[in-house]
Amino acid sequence: MDVNIGVLALQGNVSEHIDAFRRALHMMGRGTSSEVFEVRHPGDLNKCDALAIPGGESTTISRLIEKNHLHEPLCTFSGGIFATCAGMVLMATYVDDVRIRTLGLIDMVVDRNAFGRQKESFEADIPIEGLEGGPFHAIFIRAPVAKWVGAGITVLSRMNQGVVAVEYGKHMALSFHPELSCDTRLHERFLKKLCDNNST
Amino acid sequence: MKLEELRFGTELLKRGFASMQKGGVIMDVVNADQAKIAEEAGAVAVMSLERVPSDIRKTGGVARMADPQKVIEIIDAVSIPVMGKVRIGHFVEAQVLETLGVDMIDESEVLTPADEQYHIDKKRFKVPFVCGARDLGEALRRINEGAAMIRTKGEAGTGNVVEAVRHMRNIMGEIRSLKGMDRQEMTDYARAIEAPADLVFECSERGRLPVVNFSAGGIATPSDAAMMMQLGADGVFVGSGIFKSSNPQLMAKAIVEAVNHFNEPEVIARVSKGLGDAMPGLDVHTLRADEVLQTRGR
Repeated sequence: MDVNIGVLALQGNVSEHIDAFRRALHMMGRGTSSEVFEVRHPGDLNKCDALAIPGGESTTISRLIEKNHLHEPLCTFSGGIFATCAGMVLMATYVDDVRIRTLGLIDMVVDRNAFGRQKESFEADIPIEGLEGGPFHAIFIRAPVAKWVGAGITVLSRMNQGVVAVEYGKHMALSFHPELSCDTRLHERFLKKLCDNNST
Repeated sequence: MKLEELRFGTELLKRGFASMQKGGVIMDVVNADQAKIAEEAGAVAVMSLERVPSDIRKTGGVARMADPQKVIEIIDAVSIPVMGKVRIGHFVEAQVLETLGVDMIDESEVLTPADEQYHIDKKRFKVPFVCGARDLGEALRRINEGAAMIRTKGEAGTGNVVEAVRHMRNIMGEIRSLKGMDRQEMTDYARAIEAPADLVFECSERGRLPVVNFSAGGIATPSDAAMMMQLGADGVFVGSGIFKSSNPQLMAKAIVEAVNHFNEPEVIARVSKGLGDAMPGLDVHTLRADEVLQTRGR
């Protein structure tokens, strides 16, 4: 199956996500027939089987989602969403900041900047539930965590401060930035699940 | 997870932080109230400083790092990243801002230089740095010292975009010119622009700088900001342009939207309507040599 992957291009780490998905598709042998492109307007979503919501500044991205009339279309988007950092904040049902209107697609409560400021940002090898090939080298930049997750949400990884990786249906949400490391295993896992879901 | 298994302040974390600012507007603020207005308008980060560049021009004297009390007030007022300016070469001002918890340090020509020979050895810090540059050689020298982000200098505090355009065109043009060169020619070129050859090779391979490149120094309207994005900037810094305009709230929001839709003139037209007066501008050709900020540090 071919997959069309959109990357929400309002603000943040957009080109790195595009490159990472292209690398993942190549690793999976789907590089030639699938497309990865930027999404800015509601109409762009119709072409997507999957959407990445990148890291960036969650207050800014939230505001631009409203400005660009993307809130409702994102809430009703039928494909899978791959959300990192600020993206994870937006996927939650509740966040510790009233200015951010979340999409509520994953039942979890998220704290922003849960590890602190930039000087507390870190890299670490963390275990991911069910991921073959050993720990994942994760890059946390002013990262959020989930303080609480609802029933039916699969926790993939947890640290002292809270949950840093979850899966729910076709969606995956991560506190850290897999698009900044060379490892595409999480992108591949997301795509594989999406394709398995669609073919059944 | 044990603390010793975590690594802090790496090159990847510094450049990664800079990368998260892409497509955003970073606004100069001098107090907590301005910081809140900037955050409310959709700024990705705020730059805390004592006075905006146009006031530094008026007041004269030695311009230094902001009062730590003020920086802390700004940090406490907003949840977006807070940056701070230090004088070129003033590594102790940088140590102070790092201790305060500033998320990125701007080693800035807008303040009075503290060292006319050396810039700060930025690799010794855990906090990432942004530095100004007017051409590719200057940008690569700063990256070699550890800068995780470059901003083209422009001419700060003038509200005149002409120098920002010149510097962005310089850098983008020089990177494009690498395309036609073989390795030996690039080595020669690196020597001529006084930049490390391996960084020149890297620019050639990527077709861009190895770090994020923002535009700064003279951006005063939504159209200015969008033009810099179309010329290849990854985002913009707006200094005096917001809080020296007649309606900072409106101007800040309009510039954020213009950067988001930099390729859509109809959006830029809409957001530019009824903004009031932009900051008063200065003709850069009337500046005396000692009033020009961009020549500080090279």
